[in-house]
Amino acid sequence: MNALLEIDRLRKLFPVGPRPVGKARPQALLHAVDDVSFAIAPGESVGLVGESGCGKSTLVRLVTRLLDASSGAIRFDGRDIGAEPAARFAGSDARAAIQMVFQDPTDSLNPRYTAFDTIAEPLARLARMTDRAAVRARVEEVAAQCGLPLELLPRFPHQLSGGQKARVGIARAISIRPRLLILDEPTAALDVSVQAVILHLLADLREQLGMSYLFVSHDLNVVRLLCDRVIVMYLGKVVESGPVQAVFDRPLHPYTRALMGAIPSMEKGGTKVRLDGEPRSPIDPDPAVCRFYGRCPQSGGRCNTEMPALTEHAMGHAVACHHPSTP
Amino acid sequence: MNVIDEPFVSSSLRGDGLAVQPPLLDVASLSLEFRTRSGVVHALEDVSFAVARGETVGIVGESGSGKSVMCYALMGILDAAGRITAGRATFGGFDLVGAKEDDLAQIRGREMAMIFQNPRTALNPIRRVGLQIEDVLLRHTATTRAQARARAIECLRQVRIPDPERRHAAYPFELSGGQCQRVMIALALACNPQLLIADEPTTGLDVTTQAAVMDLVQALARERQMATILITHDLGLAAEYCDRIVVMHAGHVVEVAPTAELVRAPRHPYTAKLIAATPHGAASLRALSSIRGNLPDLRRGDLPRCRFSERCDRATAACTAPLPVNEAGIGHLVRCHHPL
Repeated sequence: MNALLEIDRLRKLFPVGPRPVGKARPQALLHAVDDVSFAIAPGESVGLVGESGCGKSTLVRLVTRLLDASSGAIRFDGRDIGAEPAARFAGSDARAAIQMVFQDPTDSLNPRYTAFDTIAEPLARLARMTDRAAVRARVEEVAAQCGLPLELLPRFPHQLSGGQKARVGIARAISIRPRLLILDEPTAALDVSVQAVILHLLADLREQLGMSYLFVSHDLNVVRLLCDRVIVMYLGKVVESGPVQAVFDRPLHPYTRALMGAIPSMEKGGTKVRLDGEPRSPIDPDPAVCRFYGRCPQSGGRCNTEMPALTEHAMGHAVACHHPSTP
Repeated sequence: MNVIDEPFVSSSLRGDGLAVQPPLLDVASLSLEFRTRSGVVHALEDVSFAVARGETVGIVGESGSGKSVMCYALMGILDAAGRITAGRATFGGFDLVGAKEDDLAQIRGREMAMIFQNPRTALNPIRRVGLQIEDVLLRHTATTRAQARARAIECLRQVRIPDPERRHAAYPFELSGGQCQRVMIALALACNPQLLIADEPTTGLDVTTQAAVMDLVQALARERQMATILITHDLGLAAEYCDRIVVMHAGHVVEVAPTAELVRAPRHPYTAKLIAATPHGAASLRALSSIRGNLPDLRRGDLPRCRFSERCDRATAACTAPLPVNEAGIGHLVRCHHPL
């Protein structure tokens, strides 16, 4: 398979707490992303879901090369971009091919830039376009693609509505024709009515431009509608991955089932799987204990003596659990 | 200003069995405006609804529809620029609109309490959470410091915070978002209020935490026979936890109905659109429809009688007439000239 993005055994450990003096005890490490592998094919849309603190954002920052990984490889289009230090990557041409749409359209736009400046910035910086007429033409083309009326281009963020700001954020990201677009909860700050419009826009853009999406969200319903495949993370580990339909129809991991059960269903009552308590600490976790142990309704047997590995159960549907529900 | 003779909700309460006793909270034809430098914002117009004792009512609408402003008005914590221009609101017979600040302060926190949107900013960041609960207890009940402390720990235990004796001394930054929201709930429920207003209590929380927090609010409300108002823009969440739902659009209440009926057979075009735009039920992205246009600018002098008419597919010339209150079923009211 010719993957566009290939993540291989990626890890990111953050040192926490005081630095130990001498060799009395090792430095405490927070396992933000622990041994994660997955691939995204050209044109594919992959959803990444999990609770806050599960490592989604760290993973995204590793993939966009804003952070350096502790170990593992990131291959983009066959080239290992993980080896390049983050500081140098900013000047690399792969930077232009991997773009990101940020979570809150209000916080992620420069308040002193007009919509035009915001969309033109990556063209000047990354595509090194100098011809002003060409920049203007491209900005207007992208704005039209994103459904942003041209008369809004001279406006500042505070003069735009939430939906319009979301469109500016998307236009900025696609202006330099990236091949992989990373979307970090792009609709979380929007009303449902606007959310529907933005989701349609994202689906249309992917169809027109053939980009791949890595869609980070905790709204499983949105992932279900927009993605081909979904990856579920829990405390730095991938616990389940597979085609959206399969994972939603037959979730195998108890955590995925709890996640599904927590979605409000438009119906009153009903029995639901509920999770008690908080996740375990991600600092120096026991490598032999399943991360979900203690919170899992099904723990027992090997769960606290052997970390379950991610194994394939059906076509492309993998789960890391000793007691997956029988499909 | 007030074009409706009959208050919007009192008729609804006569039919559905809740009218045996007067409602706990009764809001009738409430209008509210803000005076700003760029003109008068007609934030609420002719809003009526009621909440019975022990009932959970959802208030649903887009941002800017007036959900929060209404609850701020009820709690008497409205911005100085806001002014109630018409209508009344009574809480257990007590007039909330004309009340003196001193009288309101007696009720607020004791009889009516509120949970705010972002627990991290709503809690005092430099005061231990246990002391914040004690402050409420000392203000409203005659207790000693020692009793208040014991009671605060009990409150933390009730919202299922593990190790409440130790968490009593924690600062908000030491707790997770879900735990901060639990502290907010403990704070609001410390004096056993009769009405809890929860303003988007789970925004910014994970789905799993959201479910746990909402389950907790529901369980505590049932235990204490406490009425709850849940303000949310998530129709799915409201549908799961509320007995009745009030749908708001641009400062108007457009539809009030029992939850199951509202979801199954919405009568107002806006409610129908809102349901169709919610990703919960949609089978595919194609099935997810969006709502045309935006909320009208509430500063406009020429606001249409029906504030949804400019976004509505069913609008006709008749929509410029004063809005009717159509009874679509028992306890089901819709303010539309062309209901579905």
